[in-house]
Amino acid sequence: MSRRQRIVFAVVLALACALPFLVSNYRTFQFTLVLVYAIALLGLNILTGYNGQISLGHGAFYAIGAYSAAILMDRFGVPYWATLPVAGAVCLVAGFLFGLPALRLEGLYLALATFALGVSLPQLLKYHHFEKWTGGVQGIVITKPDPPFGLALSQDQWLYFFTLVVALGLFWLARNLLRGRVGRALMAIRDHPIAAEAMGIHTAMVKSITFGVSAMYTGIAGALGAIAVQFVAPDSFNIFLSITFLIGIVIGGLASITGALYGALFIQFVPNIADELSKAAPWAIFGVVLIGFVYLLPAGVAGGIRMALARWRAKRQNI
Amino acid sequence: MPLLSVSGVSVHFGGVVALDGVSFGVPSGSILGLIGPNGAGKTTLFNCLSRLYPCDSGDIVFDGRSLLRVPRHGIAALGIGRTFQNLALFRSMTVRENILVGRHCRTRSGFFRNFLRPPGVAREERETSEKAQALIRLLELEAVADARVASLPFGTQKRVELARALAAEPRLLLLDEPASGLNHEEVGALGALVRGIRDRLGLTVLLVEHHMSLVMSISERVVALNFGRKIAEGTPAEVQRDPELIQAYLGSGA
Ligand SMILES: Nc1ncnc2c1ncn2[C@@H]1O[C@H](COP(=O)(O)OP(=O)(O)OP(=O)(O)O)[C@@H](O)[C@H]1O
Ligand SMILES: [Mg+2]
Repeated sequence: MSRRQRIVFAVVLALACALPFLVSNYRTFQFTLVLVYAIALLGLNILTGYNGQISLGHGAFYAIGAYSAAILMDRFGVPYWATLPVAGAVCLVAGFLFGLPALRLEGLYLALATFALGVSLPQLLKYHHFEKWTGGVQGIVITKPDPPFGLALSQDQWLYFFTLVVALGLFWLARNLLRGRVGRALMAIRDHPIAAEAMGIHTAMVKSITFGVSAMYTGIAGALGAIAVQFVAPDSFNIFLSITFLIGIVIGGLASITGALYGALFIQFVPNIADELSKAAPWAIFGVVLIGFVYLLPAGVAGGIRMALARWRAKRQNI
Repeated sequence: MPLLSVSGVSVHFGGVVALDGVSFGVPSGSILGLIGPNGAGKTTLFNCLSRLYPCDSGDIVFDGRSLLRVPRHGIAALGIGRTFQNLALFRSMTVRENILVGRHCRTRSGFFRNFLRPPGVAREERETSEKAQALIRLLELEAVADARVASLPFGTQKRVELARALAAEPRLLLLDEPASGLNHEEVGALGALVRGIRDRLGLTVLLVEHHMSLVMSISERVVALNFGRKIAEGTPAEVQRDPELIQAYLGSGA
């Protein structure tokens, strides 16, 4: 990181730590969800933005992560924090296995296959033979964790900080991955798969592992989301969730790590604001805002910021 | 023994015979020019060497090992690097990043180690960037090193491709029409560059080129193809006198 980036990061982190003490518990909960979505979007962005594999079904991995956490806590009494690695591992394997046959599909065909995953999974969760674990249509209610070590925090504040630490860790890992040899291979495959192979990149292997890693991120987000919302049910993970994730990475900025955070703020707050503005037609307002963003920031928020900074720097050099 | 020997290679596309029992050898350390009219099968031969196309019959042996049992992504590590006739760069990436990808086959760290980035990985990254920087200097790409390749002129992009191929430290370099789109002076400079690289790095070069004065001036040997068949082979002087080659070029109007 450059010195300027370091300063910006420190300021944002300080603000993020102060936030739960400045706003209500409900707002704190909303920002916890922003962090959760940011992790999910980062996962999808690794796959779609960096590696060029479109997924219209990442809600499925979010759901698998959420149910893993809920079942482990509810049926097996596993502590909430210990469910995250399990949810991540389950989704890593699920994503890798889904990524293998998906290797044969490209572009819109891959979009359709992932869409199929996204629409079918919620129905599978309702299947009565699984009801013993999944709770069927009713879903599973889980209890919100209390802050440990007698910390003087509310449950919402504690969960916010817990999620913040997990998010920081996952973002740090992703940044390492994406700026190194593997990250370049992901982008090379996206830009020119044949040339990538000629450079010695095992594209099939890299693409399926990327699918797994992407699903792992989104699955951990799903587990955190379940813990925050205290409830999982099949209908919270319908195909609309998958589409929302795709909107999030495009609005935030494809192939951008910080873009995941901007996208998360968008998908968390814009529908809420639209709802407050008009109870009758919130989605019409959402649509207008969405078109506005796409039109004004064709490279996403992250791309817009990058361009503005470049212009500002060029101007300073000319003076 | 030649570094590369192509023996009896045939490739069909439906009814089209792109290569028809082609055989020749490339002596280690030499520059071999591969010429022929449009559609003669030159690029098809390169694509067989890169394993992009399967051979219907024949064998290709590189350094004592048949390439037909090597997967596509294993070719670079064996020491065969190439450029593409119509450019195959990673367009949204910068010049530097393209060259760094070229070193993929000479580096090892995978997903797990890249996530954690221990000192070993950081060291590997540092060495990789140093090697890339040296190639940027060698090919005079300093001014555009951090520009996206898509924004650069064709001739510059060709140099980026050459740098990317060299980054893999190949022993055999396949160049598919490196001079296309270059002006007269640039062609001269390219000839000197290819020779210089060969001499300095001890490479073997297989050069496909329509630019006859370039091929004839830097190649030690020349192989000529027409309609997928080898029609002449020898030193530039011998090949230039070959009646069948003259006929092929006159006949195709080139
Ligand atoms: N992928 C392909 N599918 C079908 N036909 C092909 C394919 N690639 C090459 N061919 C055909 O094979 C023949 C040889 O083509 P090739 O590209 O190897 O010629 P070339 O010698 O490189 O020509 P040029 O000098 O124009 O580049 C041509 O008839 C071409 O149409
Ligand atoms: Mg060709």
